[in-house]
Amino acid sequence: MQLAAVHALRTARVYLYLARAGFRRQSQYKLAMFAGLFTNCVFGFVRAAVMIAAVRGSGEFGGYDAGSIGAYVWLSQGLLGATQFMGPPLELVDRVKNGDVAIDFLRPVDVQFSYLAIDLGRAACTILPRGLPSVLVGVFTFGLAMPGTPGPYVLGLTSVVLAVALSFLCLFAVGLIGFWVVETRGIRVLYQICGTFLAGLFVPVHMFPAWLRTAAHATPFPSILQSPIDILSGRVTGMESVMVLATQVFWVLAVGAIGRVLVAAGRRRLEVQGG
Amino acid sequence: MAEPPYTPVPVGTWYTPYAAVLRSRMQAQRAYRLSFASEIFSAFLIGIVEFAEVWVIYHNVRMLGGLDLNGALLLFGLSNTGFALAQVLFGHLDSLPTLIRLGVLDAYYLRPQPLLLQLITSDISLRRLARASVAIIVLGLGLMRNDIDWSLPTLGLLMTTLMSGIALFGGLFVCAAGAQFYLIDGAELTNSFTYGGSFAAMQPASVFPTSLKLVFGFAIPVAFTAYLPTIALLHVPGPPLLPSWLAWLAPLAALWVWLLALGLWRLGTRHYQGGGG
Repeated sequence: MQLAAVHALRTARVYLYLARAGFRRQSQYKLAMFAGLFTNCVFGFVRAAVMIAAVRGSGEFGGYDAGSIGAYVWLSQGLLGATQFMGPPLELVDRVKNGDVAIDFLRPVDVQFSYLAIDLGRAACTILPRGLPSVLVGVFTFGLAMPGTPGPYVLGLTSVVLAVALSFLCLFAVGLIGFWVVETRGIRVLYQICGTFLAGLFVPVHMFPAWLRTAAHATPFPSILQSPIDILSGRVTGMESVMVLATQVFWVLAVGAIGRVLVAAGRRRLEVQGG
Repeated sequence: MAEPPYTPVPVGTWYTPYAAVLRSRMQAQRAYRLSFASEIFSAFLIGIVEFAEVWVIYHNVRMLGGLDLNGALLLFGLSNTGFALAQVLFGHLDSLPTLIRLGVLDAYYLRPQPLLLQLITSDISLRRLARASVAIIVLGLGLMRNDIDWSLPTLGLLMTTLMSGIALFGGLFVCAAGAQFYLIDGAELTNSFTYGGSFAAMQPASVFPTSLKLVFGFAIPVAFTAYLPTIALLHVPGPPLLPSWLAWLAPLAALWVWLLALGLWRLGTRHYQGGGG
C-alpha cells in the first residue's frame, strides 16, 4: 500500500521533471518565439480587419460585435503557439521514421505520457512570450471586450490546458500513422488545414452553416480552439462553460485512448520490422 | 574510308543541368504511386478548404469590402492561382533553414551554378499543382459569373495580373529565403511575407485600415495580385489610396518585390559562413 503510494509519487515527479525540461528547452528559442509572435500579429491584423468589416456589414454576425470578434481573433492568434496547430512536425514523427522510437519504448516511462508532459512544459513557456503579447497587441490596437470577473479566466486556463493536451494527443496520433506509411507529410498537412478550419481559426464555428457546424462538433477540433476562446472571452458562462469543459475532457480521453491503441499496434509493427 | 571530321559533342545550353534535375525530380515524385496519389488528394482538399473559409464569411454577410460572393470568387481565384503557381516554383525555398542547419547548403555552393537557381530547381513539387488547379477552377467560375465586358484590354489585364502575381509571390519566397540566413531559429518570421502575404492578398483590401492598406498596397504590394485587378475588372472605383487603375501597374509591383528579393538574397548569402564540417 505504502509502496504503491511511493511509486505513484515517483512517477509524478518524473513527469513533472519532463515538463520542466520541455519548458526549459522551449525557453532557449527566443528568436523563434519572437518570430512566432510577429507572424501571429500580422495574421491577427488582417483577420481582425476582415472580421470587423464583416460584423459591421451585417446586423447579426453569429452573435458577435466589434469587441467580441476582436477578442475571438486575438485570443485565437494567442493560442496558436501553445496548441502548435500550425507548428512544425512533432519530434516523434522523425523518431518513428528513423526507428529511434524503439529507444523511447525501452525507457521506463510511458511513451505517450512522457511526450505529453514535455509538450505541456513547452506550451507553458510559449504563453508568456507569445500568447499574452498577441492578446495585448489586440487590446491596444482594437480594444477587445473581455470579461471583468475572475471566473472565466480560471475556467479558461483549465480549458487552455485541456486544449493544449488535446492538440498534442491528436498530433501524436497522426504522427504514429508513420508506423504504417513512409511519408506522413500529406496526412499532417491535411490534418492542419482541415483541423484549423473546423477548430474555428478562420471563421468562428458559431458562424458555420448548421450542417457544417454539426460536422465540426463531431470532431475534436472545436475543443482545441473555439472552446477555450469561448470561455476566456466570456461568450459562454456558468453551467454552459462547465459543459464545454466536459466536452473537452471527453475528447482528451477519447483521442488519448486512440493514441494508446496506435502505440500498442505500432509497437508490434516495429518489432516485426526491427533488427 | 576517311575518318569523319571531328565535331565537338554539343554540351548543351546553360539550362541543361536544370532540365535534367527537374526531370529526375518529377520521376522521383511519381515513383511512390500511393504516396503521390494521397499527396495530390490532400493538396486538392486543402484548396477546397481554403475556399470554404471565404465561402463561410459570405454565407453570413452578403457584401464584404464592396464585393459580393461572385467578386470574392474572382479575388480568391486570382490571388490563389498566382500564389499556388509561385509555390510550385519557389515554395521549397521554405526548407532553407533545414538545409543550413544540416550543413547541406555547402554542397550547393560547390557546384558551378548560381545558388538561387539550384535551390529553385531542387524540388519542384507536382502535388502543389493540385492546389493550383482548385484556384484556377475558382478563377474560371469567377470570370464566368461576373459581368465582365470581354475585350483585348481585359484579356491583357488578366494575363498581366497572373504573370505579375506569380512573379510577385515568387519574389516574396526569395525575400523570405534571403532573410532566413539571419534567422535560423526565427524562420517562422518569414511566414509573414509569404503565407501572410498570400492570406492578405485573398482579402478585399478595402476593409483594411490605412496602415494595412499602405503595407499590402505598397510595401509588400500583394493588393496588385488580386484586389486591384478584381475591382478593375468589375469597374468598382476602389477605396482612396487604392484606385482601380493601379491594377495596370502590377508588373512594377512585381519588379519592386524582386529588387527587394535580390537585395535580401545578396545580403543573406554574403552573411552565410558555411555550415562547418
